[in-house]
Amino acid sequence: MTLIGWSQTLLFFALVLALTKPVGAYLFRVLETDARPLPRVLGPVERGLLRLCGVSREEEQTWGQYAASLLAFSLFSVLGVYALQRVQHLLPFNPQGLPAVGPELAFNTAASFTSNTNWQSYAGESTMSYATQMLGLTWQNFASAAAGLGVALALARGLTRRPGPEGRKTLGNFWGDLVRATLYVLLPLSIVAALFFVSQGVIQNLAPYHGVDTVEGAKQTLAFGPVASQEAIKMLGTNGGGFFNANSAHPFENPTPLTNLVQLLLIFLLPAGLTYTYGRMTGDTRQGWALFAAMSLLFFAGAGASYAAESQANPALAAAAVAQDGNLEGKETRFGVAASTLFATVTTDASCGAVNSMHDSFTALGGLVPLVNMHLGEVIFGGVGAGLYGILMMAVLAVFIAGLMVGRTPEFLGKKIEAREMKLAMLYVLIFPLVILGLSAVAAVIPQGTSSLNNAGPHGLSEILYAFTSGVANNGSAFAGLNANTPFWNLGLGVSMLAGRFLMMVPVLALAGSLVGKKVVAPGPGTFPTQGVLFTGLLVSVILIVGALTFFPALSLGPIVEHFLGAAGKVY
Amino acid sequence: MVSTLLVALRASVVTLVLTGVLYPLAVTGMAQGLFSKEANGSLVRDGQGREVGSALIGQGFTRPDYFQPRPSAAGQGFDATASSGSNLGPTSQKLRERAVAEAERLRRENPGAPGPVPAELVAASGSGLDPHVSPEAALWQVPRVARARGVDPARVSALVRSQVEGRTFGVLGEPRVNVLTLNLAMDRQFGGAASPPATPLGAAEPVSPSPRGGLPGR
Repeated sequence: MTLIGWSQTLLFFALVLALTKPVGAYLFRVLETDARPLPRVLGPVERGLLRLCGVSREEEQTWGQYAASLLAFSLFSVLGVYALQRVQHLLPFNPQGLPAVGPELAFNTAASFTSNTNWQSYAGESTMSYATQMLGLTWQNFASAAAGLGVALALARGLTRRPGPEGRKTLGNFWGDLVRATLYVLLPLSIVAALFFVSQGVIQNLAPYHGVDTVEGAKQTLAFGPVASQEAIKMLGTNGGGFFNANSAHPFENPTPLTNLVQLLLIFLLPAGLTYTYGRMTGDTRQGWALFAAMSLLFFAGAGASYAAESQANPALAAAAVAQDGNLEGKETRFGVAASTLFATVTTDASCGAVNSMHDSFTALGGLVPLVNMHLGEVIFGGVGAGLYGILMMAVLAVFIAGLMVGRTPEFLGKKIEAREMKLAMLYVLIFPLVILGLSAVAAVIPQGTSSLNNAGPHGLSEILYAFTSGVANNGSAFAGLNANTPFWNLGLGVSMLAGRFLMMVPVLALAGSLVGKKVVAPGPGTFPTQGVLFTGLLVSVILIVGALTFFPALSLGPIVEHFLGAAGKVY
Repeated sequence: MVSTLLVALRASVVTLVLTGVLYPLAVTGMAQGLFSKEANGSLVRDGQGREVGSALIGQGFTRPDYFQPRPSAAGQGFDATASSGSNLGPTSQKLRERAVAEAERLRRENPGAPGPVPAELVAASGSGLDPHVSPEAALWQVPRVARARGVDPARVSALVRSQVEGRTFGVLGEPRVNVLTLNLAMDRQFGGAASPPATPLGAAEPVSPSPRGGLPGR
């Protein structure tokens, strides 16, 4: 580890910290008030888009209506992305003449991009036409992020709205949230970011792949495409699906250390800003900063552990008697160990899943960090929307535990947390490990699971565990040696991604619906404050206890045992 | 329920057209107008004006009079339609064997090199298309390249140093040398090497290039 390496992390975090308030305030303004920018230009566009969707008057929705809208939209999203892949050979913008994508892979990709996971069982440059990349994948990069944002808003509204005399039961309008998040937030930021990326060397064209004769006379074919437009929303929407197989390690996706920093910032931008938005919604911004502080603590723990682990030598290279300064297998020279481990931490803290280095080739403990980040529930800033509703579910749990300790009914923002709320919170907490560990256990013992492994020994188990963790956590990064393009893996991971998205969103919305009608109790001397250091500490403890204890046994058989075997010089 | 489905269908079409058609096409139009060179792959030409690749995409170099890049796991090596890392883990026997073989080859081809082999020259990059090596890894190859070209190693070292890109703002990323750009600069300064297997210009004692493919794919 070097001072310069650490400065890079600190510079990144300082920028996140500086951007949180302006971004959060802007999100609050466009999503929660009527004082939106450029009302004479964008106002008619917004209303026009809603009218085209068939929403002439925005009506407030109950949690059930909100969830039904979300699920119906997601259903057409899955069907749309599936259909595009199946007929891409018939569509224009396919200069390489790529054939139709097979049914299992098309299902997996449709589930993946709709659920904001962006797991990729395919290599983009050899599988997806430009039409599929734009119409299918870029579309869902926007749509899934906007939908996630909507769910977070709905939960925050459930927590913060005061019931009227007749008892208010509504959480906003899904279609309004979807359109406004796209129009005022995702599109403008993406256009600016995409043009910046092009200026730095990220390609953006619709030309066929380009053949050159290299200096030594070999043939090299350069894969082309509309990369920058997808790159921008891939990071901003915490999607993470690369245009190319190598994702943000590919020089055409992430050519310089500066684009790398901007990509990192785009990942955390909206999730960090949303903590401030939430604070504004509660009427006390300290509520948001308390969440921000908990997230930041966990971020630094991961960043430090990852950087320290990857600064060690790779045991597999020991016998080659080379001068090792950190583990460079799978890392790009322009990023080195520091920027690669920072990226690995940020991309798994947030449920982004883009990679600028190959996590599969990290040291055992270096690979453990991304796994643990995901196991904590994607709440360390987390996905766009998903991070905020995830950490609020953890906050409900923390408030409940605090209530148990002092022996009174817990309240959160003055609303009583009772049996129904706790059942929904526990449902949310339990679905996650159940699907991950259940499917990993199956894959580890059947040949359809193990025949796809790229590494033997404990690292093979890590590949399996990583895949299902990434799927259910809607992250999308991978120990990419695993050959996931088989019927078993495509279907298993497809199901796990849908479960991790929708089986968890429904309890969130139900909880919001249950809270929104509750009376607000004035804080008394026994009220546990949710805006202070004590709460932040308790929240971090709850996140660590729930996540770490659930997954420790599985991790001890994968990366932890691999660490000791590697240190002893064992290879498989 | 039916009305919800109908709205959902219409919203799907509306968002698809807006973000899947208009947005990428608009960005393509602006990018082609504003940054045409970058948007189309930052292609570079050699001294004869021949297009030889992209400044951003690594390509294979095996001849002794050229600086060599890191190992590539993209296809059969630097296949820019099959970007990939090796994805071999820290307890992988394959990785150990590959690294040992690469290190032996490098030691054999670089008898005059100072010190042990830099690890990055036996470690495959993440994309398989990494265009860079570190300044140390480039300088390590100077004795071989200088001998193959029959020029003073000090002049070659000076050229390498002039090609080093530092950290952005002094903080971001790592210092690096673009292998393609460096080799083109070598040809400009010390005479363009003809196409293989010609003897490098002025080489007193040509070192025979050893066959070197990429890494086996996974």
